[in-house]
Amino acid sequence: MTLQDEQKINADLLRPLRSTSVWFFLLVAFLGTILLCGAGAWFYQMSNGLAVAGIRWPIFWAFYITNFVFWIGISHAGTLISAILRLVNATWRRPVTRCAEVITVFALMIGAMFPIIHLGRPWLFFYLIPYPSERHIWPNVRSPLSWDFFAISTYLTGSTLFLILPIIPDFALMRDQMTGWRRRIYGVLALGWQGTTKQWHRLEAAMQIMAIAIVPVAISVHTIVSFDFSMSPVPMWHSTVFGPYFVVGAIFSGIAGLIIAMAVLRKTLHLEAYLHPLHFQNLGKLLLLMSLLWGYFTFAERITTWYGNQPAEMAVFWETQTGSYAPLFWTMVFCNFLIPFPILAIRKLRTITGCVIASSTIVVGMWLERFLIIVPSLGTKNLPYSWSSYRPQPVEIMITIATFAAMVLLYTLFTKAVPIISIWELKVGGHVQPQLTAEGETEEEHHALWRTRP
Amino acid sequence: MTHRWGMTVDLDRCTGCEACVTACRTENNIRIAGPEQSAKGRAIAWIRVERYYEGDFPDVRVKFRPVMCQQCDAAPCEPVCPTYASHHTDEGLNAQVYNRCIGTRYCANACPYNVRFFNFGNPVFDRPLELALNPDVSVREVGVVEKCTFCVQRISAGKDVAKAENRELKDGEIKPACVQSCPTSAIVFGDLNDPESEVSRLSRSSRGTKLLEDVGTLPKVTYLQKQY
Repeated sequence: MTLQDEQKINADLLRPLRSTSVWFFLLVAFLGTILLCGAGAWFYQMSNGLAVAGIRWPIFWAFYITNFVFWIGISHAGTLISAILRLVNATWRRPVTRCAEVITVFALMIGAMFPIIHLGRPWLFFYLIPYPSERHIWPNVRSPLSWDFFAISTYLTGSTLFLILPIIPDFALMRDQMTGWRRRIYGVLALGWQGTTKQWHRLEAAMQIMAIAIVPVAISVHTIVSFDFSMSPVPMWHSTVFGPYFVVGAIFSGIAGLIIAMAVLRKTLHLEAYLHPLHFQNLGKLLLLMSLLWGYFTFAERITTWYGNQPAEMAVFWETQTGSYAPLFWTMVFCNFLIPFPILAIRKLRTITGCVIASSTIVVGMWLERFLIIVPSLGTKNLPYSWSSYRPQPVEIMITIATFAAMVLLYTLFTKAVPIISIWELKVGGHVQPQLTAEGETEEEHHALWRTRP
Repeated sequence: MTHRWGMTVDLDRCTGCEACVTACRTENNIRIAGPEQSAKGRAIAWIRVERYYEGDFPDVRVKFRPVMCQQCDAAPCEPVCPTYASHHTDEGLNAQVYNRCIGTRYCANACPYNVRFFNFGNPVFDRPLELALNPDVSVREVGVVEKCTFCVQRISAGKDVAKAENRELKDGEIKPACVQSCPTSAIVFGDLNDPESEVSRLSRSSRGTKLLEDVGTLPKVTYLQKQY
């Protein structure tokens, strides 16, 4: 890689940090307004009680817990994918890892808000935290909600480290490239990085340890989220398949979220030379695999329930298959399987546009999946006298919309502060310049070229 | 010997009059939700009378089933609470400690009987109902879960009286509000550890069944099934 190449990478990837258009401020203002509305809705709910939400006896969990599971699921995009790709040394991962890891950290932060937002008394959420208090009482370690607390805080700590570690050399680069107050800030963030051999070795070792450690953590997190449901004797919740089913769904929705984020970044930050169709191709294949796995798990879950034919479970089963939740259920099947499967399976359709369309339906479908796991079971539980249905109220809808705005806002602000593609990793990998993918080159030759890079 | 409180409900005797529901509400300071909120599923009733219809018109039979907390020995509501708000007492009751409750509502979801209720708002008692509040029972704040306690305040009071008079508790001396108000004596309360108590005797009846026994919650309420 020549000096010109390196300078071009620096210039391309630091451009969003250096120049800011008016659109950025408009976008931040727009998203910030939505976020403020969401915060307002939450305060309205706190001051009026949960009577303003749509939950009711006996459907005590609905939109908020759906959002919780959904966002924790989205968080599996990043760290898990990037850790696995690092461990198997897939060289095409280099431009993808950071945008994936950022999704993890932000989605976890948003997801972790929901167990607090949904509380009856959110001002006492610290009762969940184990600390020696004047109450002389520890959290109940038998409760899956306590496990959630430990799992999510571990995952958030781990994935934040996993995100920040490989940014350190880039912070140092920015320290050297920027001037004024930015130079000082990046200087502090660079933690004294000088690029010595010893430092590089330590960074590599730390990344290797984190990549190995984060995989079991990520898998355990969504298994524990699934335990919130499967540990209760509620029809269609009490299922052994939930652990892997949730993890698969999480990775599935996570990759979909990552593809959408990458496509948006590619267009808005003009990263066409870095986020290549190949990346979408490869992630699309992974998405196809997850779609098949998701279909398999859904089928397995449904067929065993139907064959077992237990009265309480069958009530929930028919409510989702043919009853009042059927439109949502079949929309979910379309969104998660019937639409993305052909798009991702046929090579001609697995383009960037194709992948984005498939990912968009998957994000919708996976949100519906979480909803359909939670609500029909609670509304059709055991005693028919208490059967009930749920209708979301404006506060719940507003807070849900606000979380999506929060995600985009955090991502937008992040791209202003840190290059969204890891600059040093690109340079280490020897980035393939656009001119190398000249007209007439076959796809196979192009793939071979990528594989030969260290 | 410690007590183990239990209950039997004779479905042959229950007329569905709901006197127990009213008595329970008054005894336990249960929040009044109002017609609008009640229609949205925010009403609280520690005991309710479920109506089930059997047969086709005109040969319809109505079956009333008063359902309150079954005070399970293996209660699904207890282990899921992250703050020990719902926990098992020495006398086998599923206690709910309001001060510890942060309102995750996990217990209410885990309960197969749906007998746990959430306070969707702060309690409001329109005049002159606030004069009827029972001083022995705390009024619950917004955001906490509550449920039938087997009138634990009456249990404590009964034990205190027996202790002051230096004697054993007599069977039938303690009557929860629902038991006291039942005009047909369909509900019987007592100590299951005393094999001679009426509730123990009735629990052993061949008509005795547990509600949703297959869930494995080991409830301490026994329903005596309808014969007629």
